[in-house]
Amino acid sequence: MRVDDAAPWFERMVELFLCGCALIAVGTTGGIALVLALETLAFFREVSPSQLLMDSQWTPLFAEKHFGLWPLLAGTCLTSAIALLVALPLGLLAAIYLSEFASPLVRRLLKPALELLAGIPAIVYGYFALVFVTPALQRVIPELAGFNSLGAGIVLGIMLIPMISSLSEDALFAVPNGLREGAYALGAGRLPTIFRVVLPSAMSGIAASVILAASRAVGETMIVSIAAGQQPRLTLDPRVPVETMTAYIVQVSLGDTPAGTLEYRSVFVVGAALFLITFALNALSCRFKRRFGGLA
Amino acid sequence: MHMQRTGVRFGERLFVGLCLLGVSLPLGLLLVLLGALVKAGMARLEGNFLLAYPSRHANLAGILPALVGSLWLISLTALLTLPVGVGAAIYLEEYQRRGRLARWVEINIANLAGVPSVVYGLLGLAVFVRQLGLGRSVLAGAATLALLVLPLVILSAREALRTVPQSLREACHALGATRWQAIGRVVLPMALPGILTGSILALSRAIGETAPLIVVGALTIVTFLPDGIHSPYTALPMQIFAWVSRPQQEFLANAAAGIVVLLTCMLLVNGIAIWLRQRLQVRAG
Repeated sequence: MRVDDAAPWFERMVELFLCGCALIAVGTTGGIALVLALETLAFFREVSPSQLLMDSQWTPLFAEKHFGLWPLLAGTCLTSAIALLVALPLGLLAAIYLSEFASPLVRRLLKPALELLAGIPAIVYGYFALVFVTPALQRVIPELAGFNSLGAGIVLGIMLIPMISSLSEDALFAVPNGLREGAYALGAGRLPTIFRVVLPSAMSGIAASVILAASRAVGETMIVSIAAGQQPRLTLDPRVPVETMTAYIVQVSLGDTPAGTLEYRSVFVVGAALFLITFALNALSCRFKRRFGGLA
Repeated sequence: MHMQRTGVRFGERLFVGLCLLGVSLPLGLLLVLLGALVKAGMARLEGNFLLAYPSRHANLAGILPALVGSLWLISLTALLTLPVGVGAAIYLEEYQRRGRLARWVEINIANLAGVPSVVYGLLGLAVFVRQLGLGRSVLAGAATLALLVLPLVILSAREALRTVPQSLREACHALGATRWQAIGRVVLPMALPGILTGSILALSRAIGETAPLIVVGALTIVTFLPDGIHSPYTALPMQIFAWVSRPQQEFLANAAAGIVVLLTCMLLVNGIAIWLRQRLQVRAG
């Protein structure tokens, strides 16, 4: 039997099916929120929420369990901060070069080349950090441990450069040429024009790109799991092993933890914290971006 | 006066050089690292690295189960994510262009694109592995990856649909075609090259994903090939991770060789996407 694809009921069915597809996207967000919330609530029935913030140790896998989130938070902040210290200056300089100095041809060639950096899987960067970058750094800093947040952070930063450069470049490129010409007409040179006119006009777009990169740094998993170590430690010393929130999730997942145990649930608690932090950063980035969109 | 101007010129040149460093330093570093990687893995790439099973002896170990596992994983992911992603894109573009629902879904998709991939792994662990009882199967892994790339697929499919001129839809309706007839016979075929290219690029991302697979329980050492959707499995990035985590130096060479294979696969897939786009575009024109 041939389906009459002009029949009203068929049209209706198709529309319902397509609507269902679109709703799966909504369902995914809801599913993530629900799963994280349910397991976190179950966790809080056994461990008080205050311990999460008051305790300074994270030892869910030991006999004597402590659930203080600060060591994991510190590890995440440390690697992310190092990554941004690398990615922000280089990414911004690259954006200024592409938008203000490069010829159209060079721009067309270099932009996709930089994007390439973002297309390489994180596990490859993890290998780079562990096998090449850390030993190279150890020659300069002899007391650097084999697993450390410095090497992991630097490599993470390299991965984030294209994100900052491409979004910042969009913002710089969107600054109307009239503003540049106005500055030149007033006798300003090229550098004062860039620093006092173009950069300030593009500031909200640049801020959006940096915040988005920060969110990506917080959520990055493989580089820090491979190269930064798996020792939760409340420190800001970039030379010693630490553990990030994402690395903890990986560490527990590699062992065979039965569902329903406290260790199993602690993974979801860390995941919930991760989700909230990245969600807040993404929302903030979106607000900045909208402001930049209004200006252009 | 003259001196001052040369000073300004010099400062400008210096700054341009500094900016150029922002581009060339990361790119140069990448080249150096890739070169070192190939050099480290070259010795292992000879022989039957591609066809051997993992082994306790680094120089005998191969990546066949990982390669086959990745193939299973990506095929299943494509089967799961493409119909849903394209369907959602059609609904948002052709049925609900400015509707309330479309905006609500859009906000959700934008938000999903920013969720760390390891969190998708947690969703997969709770829903697919435990709730639906799929266990550590290749199906659970593929379903998780499918949700991960879904926002990318929807985004690229919508863009492709938007390139189809509105006048074609109007012409269809003028000829008496219903909405779905216009979409199925005119709009979708025209947008297909764009949809395919975007989807393949999105899927190539999934090939390199490691973190969600670790969470949904892909194995690290597998000495058999998957024999169905419920089979345990490993994947290329998982195998690389297993070798990187070994303390013995010899296994690092295996990891390097595995990475070379992984990057080659991704390059191949990207090449196919670009080739497909060019070929199909010529046909359509």
